[in-house]
Amino acid sequence: MRTLHLLVNGDRLAVAAPDHWTLIEVLRYRLGLTGTKQGCDKGDCGACTVLLNGKPTLSCILPASRAEGHELTTIEGLRPAHCAAGGEGTDPVQDAFDRCDALQCGFCQPGMMLSARALLNENAQPDRKTIQEALSGNLCRCTGYTQIIEAVELVVADAAGVDPVLPAWQVDRDGEDLPLAPAVEKATTAEGDN
Amino acid sequence: MLRLPPYRLLEPSSAEEAVKLLADEPGEAMLIAGGTDLVPNMKHGLFEPKTVISLAKVEGLEGVSDSDAGLRLGPMTTLADASQNALIIERAPALAQAAGVVAGPQLRNVGTLGGNLMLDTRCRWYNQTYFWRKGLGYCLKKDGTLCHVVEGGARCVAAASNDTAPALMTLNASAVFLGPDGEREVAIADLWTNDGIVNKKVSTDELLIAIKVPPQAPGHHGTYAKLRRRDSIDFPLFGCAVRLDLDEEGTVSGADLAAVALVARPMRVKGVEELLLGTKPGSEAFDQAVEEVAQLAYKRCRPLDNVPGDAEWRREMVPVYVRRALRSATASSGA
Ligand SMILES: Cc1cc2nc3c(=O)[nH]c(=O)nc-3n(C[C@H](O)[C@H](O)[C@H](O)COP(=O)(O)OP(=O)(O)OC[C@H]3O[C@@H](n4cnc5c(N)ncnc54)[C@H](O)[C@@H]3O)c2cc1C
Ligand code: SF4
Ligand code: FES
Ligand code: FES
Repeated sequence: MRTLHLLVNGDRLAVAAPDHWTLIEVLRYRLGLTGTKQGCDKGDCGACTVLLNGKPTLSCILPASRAEGHELTTIEGLRPAHCAAGGEGTDPVQDAFDRCDALQCGFCQPGMMLSARALLNENAQPDRKTIQEALSGNLCRCTGYTQIIEAVELVVADAAGVDPVLPAWQVDRDGEDLPLAPAVEKATTAEGDN
Repeated sequence: MLRLPPYRLLEPSSAEEAVKLLADEPGEAMLIAGGTDLVPNMKHGLFEPKTVISLAKVEGLEGVSDSDAGLRLGPMTTLADASQNALIIERAPALAQAAGVVAGPQLRNVGTLGGNLMLDTRCRWYNQTYFWRKGLGYCLKKDGTLCHVVEGGARCVAAASNDTAPALMTLNASAVFLGPDGEREVAIADLWTNDGIVNKKVSTDELLIAIKVPPQAPGHHGTYAKLRRRDSIDFPLFGCAVRLDLDEEGTVSGADLAAVALVARPMRVKGVEELLLGTKPGSEAFDQAVEEVAQLAYKRCRPLDNVPGDAEWRREMVPVYVRRALRSATASSGA
């Protein structure tokens, strides 16, 4: 047993836990922060992703003591951090996932959104390949990923004040935009969708 | 939910202290770096140490330094940092590439170079939960008396699966260990045994304190090519590192090829240099030499049914990946 001094979503907390507990056990079963999902529980799936000093980390295989002295962000911390930084409502990533229907069961979402947030904090204008790479450690068994990537592109486009790259389902087979589609501008300065 | 077996966690602040703590409990204590290999293994009941000694707070094990003797890499350098380090990218491109394709982004943020070199061997009959292994009846590597890969086999052939090992071998790198009797340095190519149960000639009371990459030839080029099902998360189903040194005229003056995910040891493919020497990338002679190297690798590298992926398919992929590695090596940055 040891007392861990953690900084979770801006809150300083002292919490007791056995030596062999992983960070996810402390978050879910001591602190009640059940937004962090326990999927495979062995490092494969990314559902348990949290941000450790801003970097995506798997809490199911991180010994809890490794979090001491570092800043931790869980999904519960995204909105408060956004508001504390002067924003309104939910984090734009959360908003975009909602608008793009980037979820079905939702189990992968906390991890997905944290990986996306970490990417956007480092690179506000990632191209599609960069987004795919940044989210490549988060498995989703439902969506097929397309809307998830589009949601991140929507955040990028909104921040840049341009229309998003057209979602795949709005582009017909010949690559022509369907008549109902809004005007399209490339959201990213790079090659765009590839 | 997969719980860890209870253990006592110690967090020494110096390498000497860590070695002393290891020696205090012979065979009962294990080191943990990033824990991305050890924690899943402990959750599967493959290791049940009484004491786990964390290297997280040990001073001086992180970072990359440069001297006349080459690069000195701290074992606690994360794979993410290693793959993005300017010195490693420039001087040891194959290592930067290998570190950058280990597992997925989250695992590279925590997993370390040292942990990767010291990675346990892998097998589809071994890297499973206790429940799963019990259902099957265990195997030689843990708790059992037979091997499920080689029928009647008396030796475990679990596969070396660390991506950085072949890259380090082609770079003629060495490892520095600190033990109760002081420091020793050993060439990484000489680190391995053929035994899948423990594939390293490293005593349980030794701590890896540095990886040394000697200066490479002026025209050094290197790459790492990795076969996997998905482009992220997955361990190698075959991996090969290549070194290609070019002289001022651009002809090959040195070459090496090493591979993983075959047998218990990362394996150097001997005879590659002879085939490539004196040829010039872009020439017909070079293309022919590449083909000969690919066929040589096909002959020498025989994947077993130890890791996932059909072994015959993996073998057919050997020449493909060897060709790709050699062709892209000349496009990589050199020292
Ligand atoms: C889903 C998943 C996918 C993965 N994919 C890959 C992959 O594609 N390629 C790959 O190579 N690996 C892969 N890994 C394994 C692992 O993430 C990496 O190998 C990583 O580099 C291990 O480093 P670590 O610091 O986490 O090691 P740890 O787990 O901390 O340690 C691993 C072993 O090394 C020993 N050790 C660590 N540091 C030292 C030291 N300084 N001195 C002596 N002994 C030491 C430990 O005692 C332990 O036995 C994967 C893991 C997971 C969970
Ligand atoms: S190679 Fe055989 S003995 Fe070794 S882990 Fe696999 S099944 Fe077990
Ligand atoms: S729950 Fe942690 S990676 Fe799957
Ligand atoms: S929405 Fe179900 S796993 Fe992603």
